[in-house]
Amino acid sequence: MKRIWTAIIVGAVVLALPAAGIGQPRVTITYWQYFFESKVKLVDQLIAQFEAQYPGVKVAHEHFPYDAYNQKVASAVPAGQGPDVINLFYGWVPLYVDSGYLQSLPLDAFPPVQIERDYVPMIRASKLDGKYWAIPTAVRSLAMFYNADLFRSAAVVRPPVTWEEFQAAAERMTARDDRGRITTMGFGVAPSGQDHHLLREVLFRQWGAAPYSADNRRVTYATAAGAEALRWYTELITKSKVGAIDFFPGAGGYRNAFMAGRAGMIVDGSFAIGAIRRGTRASWGVATLPGRTVGGAPSNFGSYWVHGLTARAQGPRREAAIQFLKFLVSEQTQRLWLDAVGELPAFKRLVDDPRLGADPVMGPFVSALPYARATFFVDEAAQRQVLVDAVNEVVLNNKPPRQALEESAAKEQKILDEFWAKRKRP
Amino acid sequence: MATQVAAARPLRRGLRIGQQRALWAYLFLAVPLLFFAGIRILPAISSLYISVHEWNIVSPNRPYVGGANFQTLAADPRFARAAINTVRYVLVGIPAQMVLGLGLALLLQRIVRFRGLFRALYFMPFITPIVAASWVWQWMYSVHLGPLNKILQAVGLPAQGFLRDPGQALYAVAAMVVWQYLGFQVVIFLAGLEAIPRVYLEAAEVDGATGWRLFWRITLPLLNPTLVFSAVYSTIVYLQLFTQVLNMTFQDQGGPLASTLTLVLYVYQLGFQRFKMGEAAAATAILFVVILAITLLQMRILSKPVEY
Repeated sequence: MKRIWTAIIVGAVVLALPAAGIGQPRVTITYWQYFFESKVKLVDQLIAQFEAQYPGVKVAHEHFPYDAYNQKVASAVPAGQGPDVINLFYGWVPLYVDSGYLQSLPLDAFPPVQIERDYVPMIRASKLDGKYWAIPTAVRSLAMFYNADLFRSAAVVRPPVTWEEFQAAAERMTARDDRGRITTMGFGVAPSGQDHHLLREVLFRQWGAAPYSADNRRVTYATAAGAEALRWYTELITKSKVGAIDFFPGAGGYRNAFMAGRAGMIVDGSFAIGAIRRGTRASWGVATLPGRTVGGAPSNFGSYWVHGLTARAQGPRREAAIQFLKFLVSEQTQRLWLDAVGELPAFKRLVDDPRLGADPVMGPFVSALPYARATFFVDEAAQRQVLVDAVNEVVLNNKPPRQALEESAAKEQKILDEFWAKRKRP
Repeated sequence: MATQVAAARPLRRGLRIGQQRALWAYLFLAVPLLFFAGIRILPAISSLYISVHEWNIVSPNRPYVGGANFQTLAADPRFARAAINTVRYVLVGIPAQMVLGLGLALLLQRIVRFRGLFRALYFMPFITPIVAASWVWQWMYSVHLGPLNKILQAVGLPAQGFLRDPGQALYAVAAMVVWQYLGFQVVIFLAGLEAIPRVYLEAAEVDGATGWRLFWRITLPLLNPTLVFSAVYSTIVYLQLFTQVLNMTFQDQGGPLASTLTLVLYVYQLGFQRFKMGEAAAATAILFVVILAITLLQMRILSKPVEY
């Protein structure tokens, strides 16, 4: 009995010690992100540095599995729990703004003029009602990964510069068995992977159809030019048959096919570099996305994860959270982030670094940042479905591309209307 | 029993031993009941509450919107598609599963050697993790790399689209679910068949009934309770179809072109991918009413007592 009491008293004292503190008033803020090993390790290091700089502030770092992240965040909020600084995909930000979960970035600490001067242009997708609601440390863009061994054996001498060359290269690399079943794809098509972004922000634009109006309220890709772009893309599957949807089943099947040497080329994001570096046996390379014509206007899709300030951060916690947010997006952090995580910096002046541009893997992604656009998604899952369905209508139901596109545009317009109807006009 | 209780000496607090036993029994019964209420009944009620509110799960406000969520669903072609698909899964899957299951059970009943082995083999898919099985089936169905098309082509038949063909995908998924539940069905039917007293069959044989007549007039009617249980249970399984569909169409869940989409998968997409919790709850409420109605209907129509 006596032993038990001793244990309880010792336990209580041990637990009470940190709470009692060493006399200094401390404020604890919480940061949430999803689990990605290199990011989690880096943020732990950054927090140690930050706490050394600001001895009065303690940062609690919590992370959750990627697949459960959104649900976790969403379920914590109604329960009155959650972080002061939160990491979100930029496409979710409108939802979180609308629900009152985020507070806009304070104008004195993050002046919009300065943001637009310092950052790559894609981050304007985080501006709503003339205010910035969240800010990234790093950004991503798309590029073409190619299998150099397959290039060689198909006598493709250099990465294609135009889509016409791209198609020709894909045709030469595609291998089929005697029954006509594809054994190696020239192009690993993936409408629900990155190809719906490719259609939206690259092909539509290069074929002459802006996907959305400048104020993001109207869907504008259902034009003759947009239909031609969709026709070109779908004919890779139906006519030249250089790729097949779900060739490798499962999430990221197109990337797995590439890593297994069963796809000559894929379009993927800079976030795929790590997996491809680890998993690809063949020699491979990265090239800038082709254009419609040589020297024609390039285009690319950019995306990013942002750090936002939640409505929970008030009083001294808000002050501490703002300091931490500034630290997280500082130039110094962005450099560390590039080295440790491999994500591209969000500051223009870092992107302009010639050493980064000359990197054979990073270079093609970095060179796209000045013109990459981040689609203003209001309901990413539904908007992706709309374009995936357009591709399938053409590929599986032989619908004319124009008709498929018009039907999809009508569905997507409904999604946009629903979002904007709930917002008061600025 | 009554005399035992009467004879028992009174205990502390004036409870007889029988009463005290009953009290303990109720106490133990109350624990699962509380659990059931907490994780089944309460969430069901709260989902009914959510179904008449607008709630995007991040927002602290949940304005009351009356029947608006139900109206949205009524005008939503994807919801209609999911509902029709779900009915098709039921109409295709359950007859296939029950006919095959009964056939196999009748065959197994006739053999003595290896019966246990066969039963175990048929039962194996039922205890295989659904996700793993779905992924293996997805590869088998793979248009360009899968073994099924290889077999078809080897015997001179054209390659099929399977999960990539909107006309076939639903049946391809249903086939996997039938495969999965077949062993369970066989075991249930075997037990049902064993429970039919031999004397009825022997008496009928004496009267000159054979083969099909014996099956239609004696076996099938006496198997009725098992049939009702199977029908009700499988209907609920097929109405709640989710995991198999999600995993077999992982890149375009419920696709292509919503051809394999089920109600439960659509509820998941609405609630957890698009954060339309109100609409998702409304769809759940509709599904609840449908399952309840079908179950009651089946119990009424199928369970007529058979006396001999």
